[in-house]
Amino acid sequence: MKKIMSGLLWILALIFVFPVVFLFTGSITGNLELKELIGPVLGNGGGYASWKLFPMYPTLKSYVELLIDTPGFFVMLWNSVRIVTGVLAGQLLVGVPAAWGLARFRFPFRKTVFTIYIALMMMPFQVMMLSNYLVLDRLGLLDTLAGIILPAVFSTFPVFIMYRFFAGLPEALMESARLDGAGELMIFWKIGIPLGSPGVISAMILGFLEYWNLLEQPMAFLKTKELWPLSLFLPGISMEQAGAAFAASAVVLFPALMVFLAGQDYLEQGIISTAVKE
Amino acid sequence: MRKRKEAVKALFFILPSFLGVCLFWVVPYLDVIRRSFFSAVSGEFTGIKNYQTIFGNQAFRLAASNTLRFFCVCIPILVALSLLVAVLLSREQRNLQLKKSLFLLPMAIPVASVVLLWKLLFHSQGLLNHLLSLISVKGVDWMNTKASFGVLIISYLWRNLGYDVVLWAAGISGIPQSLYDAAKVDGAGEWMCFRKITMPNLMGSLFTIVVLSLLNGFKVFREAYLVAGDYPQQDMYLLQHLLNNWYRDLALDKMAAAAVVTGMMIMLLILALQKAWAREE
Repeated sequence: MKKIMSGLLWILALIFVFPVVFLFTGSITGNLELKELIGPVLGNGGGYASWKLFPMYPTLKSYVELLIDTPGFFVMLWNSVRIVTGVLAGQLLVGVPAAWGLARFRFPFRKTVFTIYIALMMMPFQVMMLSNYLVLDRLGLLDTLAGIILPAVFSTFPVFIMYRFFAGLPEALMESARLDGAGELMIFWKIGIPLGSPGVISAMILGFLEYWNLLEQPMAFLKTKELWPLSLFLPGISMEQAGAAFAASAVVLFPALMVFLAGQDYLEQGIISTAVKE
Repeated sequence: MRKRKEAVKALFFILPSFLGVCLFWVVPYLDVIRRSFFSAVSGEFTGIKNYQTIFGNQAFRLAASNTLRFFCVCIPILVALSLLVAVLLSREQRNLQLKKSLFLLPMAIPVASVVLLWKLLFHSQGLLNHLLSLISVKGVDWMNTKASFGVLIISYLWRNLGYDVVLWAAGISGIPQSLYDAAKVDGAGEWMCFRKITMPNLMGSLFTIVVLSLLNGFKVFREAYLVAGDYPQQDMYLLQHLLNNWYRDLALDKMAAAAVVTGMMIMLLILALQKAWAREE
């Protein structure tokens, strides 16, 4: 019984990673072979599309094609990088101190501020879409990367995660530092950040995965194609260019996969921290 | 005096973030609430007319009922399935971390990368129907019939299962092993242990997991949109599609009213969540 359950679990787990295998196989399959396999989906002939775990003639041609013949791809890659670094740097600069302030000090209306932060973090983009549009319009930030980056910098989600980690540090530590004459900034810098770093890293990893994947905001607020991030590249590619599409999918996936593998422990801690009660 | 000093210090840390949050989120949302009571064209105060318009709007009703149906079907499946996986995982000795990673991986995969796969998978002559035909099940046209709702469900389960497994696993690891040992001594079987020890101890996690699953559920729009575009088969037409289309048409007053209604629903849920947290303490 135990063996069967364990086996079923394996099967389910393998189904879950199938897309990754699928994309990498597709990206090293030559165009001709690919057309043969997925022909029915493209409208050529009857029957069903099929797939192989490993191509007959593995080739890197699709990658070469993508990287050399598609200059637009680089522009979008660069935009994605700019958005993600901009957002994460901003969140570090503004969010970390805010999380510290909320976690370590008592002040009037603290609870109200906290509730506002939680409420905002839970709102899906579609609810905030109009307000987002209105403020970007007013500030003249529509159709600029800053218009995508700035609202995200003030996202309250990372503040909430880091808050959880900062709030867990023992107060005695800060008290003794205060008795030794350390100022609040010093305590924040020398005790808070080092001890709370797992929280900061968790927030950054969750943030990376979120903003690398950003779709709704650029779609709504960026008209100029030269500003689009990678996530908008693939929907625009036609099935006829299947090879390049697979290669592009794999290239988009790669950084996210690396971050996931390198930061998995932090990722789990971050997820758990969203659920632990206040 | 000390209190005031503390407040000043706190202000120093929080102010930059709080000002930004107000500027980019709070104030514009308040403006949206205000706008929901005015006509977008003439700027006149119209009371609840915008709300009447959207509730009378057929697209809104379709989208709202689809969204509701989606959550009512998906969340129970997701919560139950992830609990099952988490319990099974907790009894594994080998490869525990590896399996957890495999389940969590989909959450890291960019939507853009999956679109291609989804298109190939759910096409009427696609891979899923191929697979079904191998076991002699007649396939369906996933994108153009009622089955499109199934595409939403599969996308959602696939992306969010690992997230919930991690949450359940955290709850399970908090249950002292001694409880199980004592129960086994008294002759309790696996199922008995699950019902009398695991379940009651996880009740606290349940509510949070449901709420987080719900909030993550809104993101299913990404897959749906990229695969099927602005106007998908009507069974997968969600509130998110509708708002997106209203935005494109710049139907600001309808959007404002819909944003307020959806926002309020979510706020009510959060208040319920906080109540549940408070009760736990």
